[in-house]
Amino acid sequence: MPSEPEHWDLRLYVAGHTDKSLRAINNLKRICKEHLNGKYTIEVIDLIEKPQLAAGDQIVALPTLVRRLPEPIKKILGDLSNQERVLVGLDVRPQA
Amino acid sequence: MVEQLRKVPTGIAGLDELTRGGLPAGRPTLVCGGPGCGKTLLATTFLVRGAVDRGEPGLLVSFDERIDDLGVNVASLGFDLPSLEERGLLSTDYVKIERQEIHETGEYDLEALFIRLDYAVRTVGARRVVLDTIDTLFAGIPNEAVVRSELRRLFDWLKDRKLTTVITAERGEGSLTRNGIEEYVSDCVILLDHRIIDDLSTRRLRVVKYRGTSHGTNEYPFLIDAQGITVVPITSIGLSHVASDETVSSGLPELDAMLGGKGYFKGSSILLSGGPGTGKTTIGAHFAEATCRRGERCLYFSFEESPSQLVRNMRSAGIDLQPCIDQGLLLSQASRPSVGGFEMHLALMLKAVRDFRPSAVVVDPFSALVASGAHYQAHSMALRFTDYLKSHAITALYLSLEDTEGATGLDVSSIMDTWIVLRNMRSDTDLSRRLHIVKARGIAHSNEVRRMEITEGGIRLSDLPQTKAHAGQER
Repeated sequence: MPSEPEHWDLRLYVAGHTDKSLRAINNLKRICKEHLNGKYTIEVIDLIEKPQLAAGDQIVALPTLVRRLPEPIKKILGDLSNQERVLVGLDVRPQA
Repeated sequence: MVEQLRKVPTGIAGLDELTRGGLPAGRPTLVCGGPGCGKTLLATTFLVRGAVDRGEPGLLVSFDERIDDLGVNVASLGFDLPSLEERGLLSTDYVKIERQEIHETGEYDLEALFIRLDYAVRTVGARRVVLDTIDTLFAGIPNEAVVRSELRRLFDWLKDRKLTTVITAERGEGSLTRNGIEEYVSDCVILLDHRIIDDLSTRRLRVVKYRGTSHGTNEYPFLIDAQGITVVPITSIGLSHVASDETVSSGLPELDAMLGGKGYFKGSSILLSGGPGTGKTTIGAHFAEATCRRGERCLYFSFEESPSQLVRNMRSAGIDLQPCIDQGLLLSQASRPSVGGFEMHLALMLKAVRDFRPSAVVVDPFSALVASGAHYQAHSMALRFTDYLKSHAITALYLSLEDTEGATGLDVSSIMDTWIVLRNMRSDTDLSRRLHIVKARGIAHSNEVRRMEITEGGIRLSDLPQTKAHAGQER
């Protein structure tokens, strides 16, 4: 089991205040609170407001959660409603 | 009255003629083909020509290559993508999807792709869009159902914004595209193909579908070279060209005299036929030399002799072509038609004409070209070649080896403005040559048969001493 990362740098891309966006934001906040022991930052980017930011992180699908740290970069697509898969994607849980 | 479908020219030589004006305006066109068939190049040309020739800004979305790499690839064609971007005529986006980075955890769509497209389109006010190649979405996004429904939405989105779009897709096994993209594009589908035929790389283009318009349905050869893409043949221009009153010398004062004292009409087609060894090439060389002496360019297609052979042989007949070559006025192209097949050969010939922009062309011999085209299209393509030259006011001399069947085995004489026949006459003691003019449209030409001699100082024509035969009956 690798040593636990110092910090999770997370960025969540959404488009507007849709149900899907809000669901993703709430799911992410809850998962981080329960599993990342305060060692995380979350930045939510609304591409409706800042469309120019989509290319930088190569965002195609929405919502997309980008794990910028720890490396390597990971992209988790969807509304983050499947908590187990989010944790696997973030490498908080080892892949089953 | 049904409204005519509006079209947007691609700026690709030949393709706009063949589609009667270009791609459907404000609609997506699918360009499919295997790897290396020229999809990206065709799509990029569509954008660059739109921007440069028509001032229409474009958006280039590449799913495969970084824009920098793509820019380097097309720089060899003189396309300067960075400069177009600086001038606000081009917007680019490289959409890279790394599947190994991706995990799915619930519902998602490809809205960010739309946001990126929308942003890039608005940045420059794009009218033309290229998506190259769309298949990458299928490889990158794990959920195929999402990709399919979003593709449908994407094509509607493009149509709603009236963006003339080229989408490229990979060729599939037994289907037009690997991922069935043709299902989503109902307006225009173009198929590119790249094969090796007789050791020669042959590229072909076919308009598979073009809703609401007539279009050429054959496979058309196309070339990719330093000047970009050329599709041939050019659609037959018909007889709309303006006939010139100007004349050009044949290079032989005596022959000019027979042709009403002036020579050939500029931009006309002249057939010079005769058996082997009748002096066709020598007359061709006289014409080429005379053209160059006026400071005009002449393109000499020589299918049976290399350029150096031609120069050497003609020197023995008192015609020095070397200075013409040195001055860049004479270009001799020698290659055997049998190597490339007729279409490809004609494609290369048209390309050479376009590039060299001669005022005169000699095809030596035309019959060799025709003979290499085993299929039925040979005749119509020969017609198109002559049409092309005529419409560009290029005087063309077609030398043709005459066989027992007649002029060439292919009835091209009817499309020729002037027909000159050479014959060898054998008597017990010597061989002598005869020349006569069978027809010369618009010219009060001589009907007399002349004696022709090839001397060290070139060709000499003279009256026959005894009989004055009338050539009119001799066809």
